[in-house]
Amino acid sequence: MSQRELAIHIFRYNPEDPNDEPKTETFTLQEEEGMTLFIALNKIREEQDPTLKFDFVCRAGICGSCGMLINGKPTLACKTLTKTLPDDITLMPLPVFKLLGDLSVDTGTWFRDISLRTESWIHTDKPFDPEAEEERMSNETALQIYEAERCIECGCCIGGCATANIKPDFIGAAGVNRVARFMVDPRDERDEQAYFDVVGSEDGIFGCIGLMACDDNCPIDIPLQGQLAYVRRKMAAAGWKR
Amino acid sequence: MKHYDHFTTDVLVVGAGLAGERAAIEAASRGLNVIILSLVPPRRSHSSAAQGGMQAALGNSAMGKGDNPDVHFADTVKGSDWGCDQDVARLFAENAPIAVRQMAYWGVPWNRVKAEKRIYDGKEIQEDPEKEGLITARNFGGTAKWRTCYTSDGTGHSLLYTMDSVVLKLGITVHDRTEVLSLIHDDKRCFGVVSRCLRTGQLRVYTARSTVIATGGYGRLYGASTNAVINEGSGMFVALETGKVPLGNMEAVQFHPTGIVPTWILITEGARGDGGYLLDKNHHRFMPDYEPKKKELASRDVVSRRIMQHIRKGYGVDSPHGPHVWLDIRHLGEKHINTNLREIANICRNFRGIDPVHDLIPVRPTQHYSMGGIRTDINGIAYGLEGLFALGEAACWDLHGFNRLGGNSLAETVVAGMVVGDKIASYTREADLQYSSSLIDDHVGFQEDRIQALIEARNGDENVYELRREMEETLSENVGIFRSEGPLKKAVSKLHELLERSYHVGLTSDGKGANPELASALRITGMIKLAYCIAAGALAREESRGSHYREDFPARDDDNWLKRTLAYWPEGAKEPVLEYEPVKITELPPGDRGYGEATRESAESNSSS
Ligand SMILES: Cc1cc2nc3c(=O)[nH]c(=O)nc-3n(C[C@H](O)[C@H](O)[C@H](O)COP(=O)(O)OP(=O)(O)OC[C@H]3O[C@@H](n4cnc5c(N)ncnc54)[C@H](O)[C@@H]3O)c2cc1C
Ligand code: SF4
Ligand code: SF4
Ligand code: FES
Repeated sequence: MSQRELAIHIFRYNPEDPNDEPKTETFTLQEEEGMTLFIALNKIREEQDPTLKFDFVCRAGICGSCGMLINGKPTLACKTLTKTLPDDITLMPLPVFKLLGDLSVDTGTWFRDISLRTESWIHTDKPFDPEAEEERMSNETALQIYEAERCIECGCCIGGCATANIKPDFIGAAGVNRVARFMVDPRDERDEQAYFDVVGSEDGIFGCIGLMACDDNCPIDIPLQGQLAYVRRKMAAAGWKR
Repeated sequence: MKHYDHFTTDVLVVGAGLAGERAAIEAASRGLNVIILSLVPPRRSHSSAAQGGMQAALGNSAMGKGDNPDVHFADTVKGSDWGCDQDVARLFAENAPIAVRQMAYWGVPWNRVKAEKRIYDGKEIQEDPEKEGLITARNFGGTAKWRTCYTSDGTGHSLLYTMDSVVLKLGITVHDRTEVLSLIHDDKRCFGVVSRCLRTGQLRVYTARSTVIATGGYGRLYGASTNAVINEGSGMFVALETGKVPLGNMEAVQFHPTGIVPTWILITEGARGDGGYLLDKNHHRFMPDYEPKKKELASRDVVSRRIMQHIRKGYGVDSPHGPHVWLDIRHLGEKHINTNLREIANICRNFRGIDPVHDLIPVRPTQHYSMGGIRTDINGIAYGLEGLFALGEAACWDLHGFNRLGGNSLAETVVAGMVVGDKIASYTREADLQYSSSLIDDHVGFQEDRIQALIEARNGDENVYELRREMEETLSENVGIFRSEGPLKKAVSKLHELLERSYHVGLTSDGKGANPELASALRITGMIKLAYCIAAGALAREESRGSHYREDFPARDDDNWLKRTLAYWPEGAKEPVLEYEPVKITELPPGDRGYGEATRESAESNSSS
């Protein structure tokens, strides 16, 4: 394998420090076989600058912590192999989310807020009976719910969305997908009007301008285009009945 | 009077994984005020990484027919190599089906029984049409029945997202990006914690009538681990550092047979459960030679040892990262791999550039799970300090003894959350909270001083990352799957040295705000103490039991070692103090596991090719 020298240009800013100003810093690093940006960034922190802030948890592409702009594209850093990138790599924090420092952004708070606003939990009046057999469900329905539930809340679809970048309250593709997850779930007893109340607005599905950047950016291939269309159809119908 | 933010609540839960959130839900449903603290947003906790599944004896799938809590209990006890507490195992097995059904009620999309025929390992399976639509199960190691309930390849993700949705619905307060640094106590009672905000670097105090530790495992003490990078065992060492609370069975460390080489990301047991094979360098399926009955699906400790044994005989595949074996799932077919095992397929593609539909997967046993942890009684009450509870992977409740079965950990988190959560609620209602403000000032002052010393490099300029690497190597090389006196002694003396050096760490950066180097430096001493407890416990235990395999004492020794290690760290001590307590045997006396080296059925010698 060729031993490239990588030039990694990293956005630096500490919003906690009133004297700090946003800037880009360049770190050079010897590429290694099988190197991911997780490995590269940790090497930089341990060997060159221990103040560098970024977020990794699972380092396996499943927890959604490490979304950032890699040469302009929002994606997961932990599962980006450096060999797929040119010698010059620019890393920026995801836009839209509150910046905590350098590459670290507060996706957690953003997604919690969306979940609360869309009331993303099963709404039911039935009590739980610990003695009873579980309610039946077809395996197809279970898989359909899981398909939407897979979202890891990484924020890549949000960071790359034109609407989300200008409208702070837009719930984005991830938010709409979250609502779709409950719409297909027979255990949730909300009717269409109840869903309309949480997504049937300009901050919800009707704010989406349909350019589908989100669909391209989702690192785990959630079919966002289909999910947006599904919710738009349902909500348009519900809107008529108002 | 010092200045710091101070929060007070009824129940303080440290940890927003499955165990912590489930306990919080129980306490909040009983009308108590709860605050949950977490290093990361709850949904990023390591529980979300569990792919395989959760055990519960529902008996719905054809291959699970006739299953019940008795069988689950027996599997768990055998799996633990009789190291577990049998009252706990019984309580657990009885409650696991309720836990799975409650999670279904809250929204987990469990895969369901489909009335269809399938071929599995050469046999035809016909599901019962009467059971169509009930929660199904897959095969996992060390179980007599198919008992592992799952949602495709994202069981932990679905469970945690669902659990967290209930936390949201109940309006429970969560403070994420908060790291607990120490427990506030007066040697008798725990009053809460001192923590550091990972957004600003400020210290913060939480006081509570009961404090609950649900901080998960310590996998990252080992260099090669399947665990998330935040799994550094901090909940365990803050308890240990009180000097009063012991850690149970720290030498019981699980190695998962199939970490992918060389990133050590987990390839779930579901891969073998669904019919995957292990092959050697000659592409020979070797597990049936060693374990004719259970083959690839003996318990994890056994499969891991069999792989290493086979590699030692020269049948490993050489690679720059050491020898490995192959995992083969090609025969399961593209459709199955891309739906039921999609996560595995993605890991292979993204992190290794191979496609398991066509390629073999390079795997080697990798640190995976901590059976040991904060020792509690069956109610989750920690030994040694009043007002302190622990559960989940951080605790030694002792469901798993010396080896945990796949699927029993997710089940433990939810069941313990339910059962212990109830005890926490009852305790908290009766408990009062009286402490002196000087006690809190002292605890905060201690942490402030540590931080200042690190920033000024007052005690030396040891590098935290260097110490960490040395600790990781020490454990990986000397306290791994095969253990013996020489290397264990080496580990203990090295850790002794590292511990001393850790008191002389100094930062190379300014340590301002939420500085990540400072965060690491604040953890290193505690982590080395945990590593020390593991190595010292392993050196002392002169027998082999479950995952603890001593080459110089290869047999289980029930006469002398049917007991649990309790590691204490008295204030000011330079090494842990080991004590022991008997293991409670109620229903199932020690016997043959039915797999592994001690079993006659297993062919030790005829494994030549
Ligand atoms: C890759 C992988 C796959 C697995 N698959 C399975 C499986 O299929 N089936 C199964 O049964 N088990 C599985 N396990 C094991 C299982 O996932 C874990 O044991 C279980 O999820 C642990 O849950 P927990 O709630 O105890 O801890 P975690 O989910 O690890 O949560 C710990 C919480 O504590 C917080 N925390 C930690 N330290 C601090 C601190 N100092 N201050 C504040 N907060 C803190 C963290 O932020 C986090 O919220 C798997 C494990 C791994 C590594
Ligand atoms: S399609 Fe809609 S949600 Fe997706 S990026 Fe465009 S505006 Fe945003
Ligand atoms: S929909 Fe995809 S891109 Fe958007 S947050 Fe979820 S996982 Fe990330
Ligand atoms: S660190 Fe978990 S997705 Fe990247």
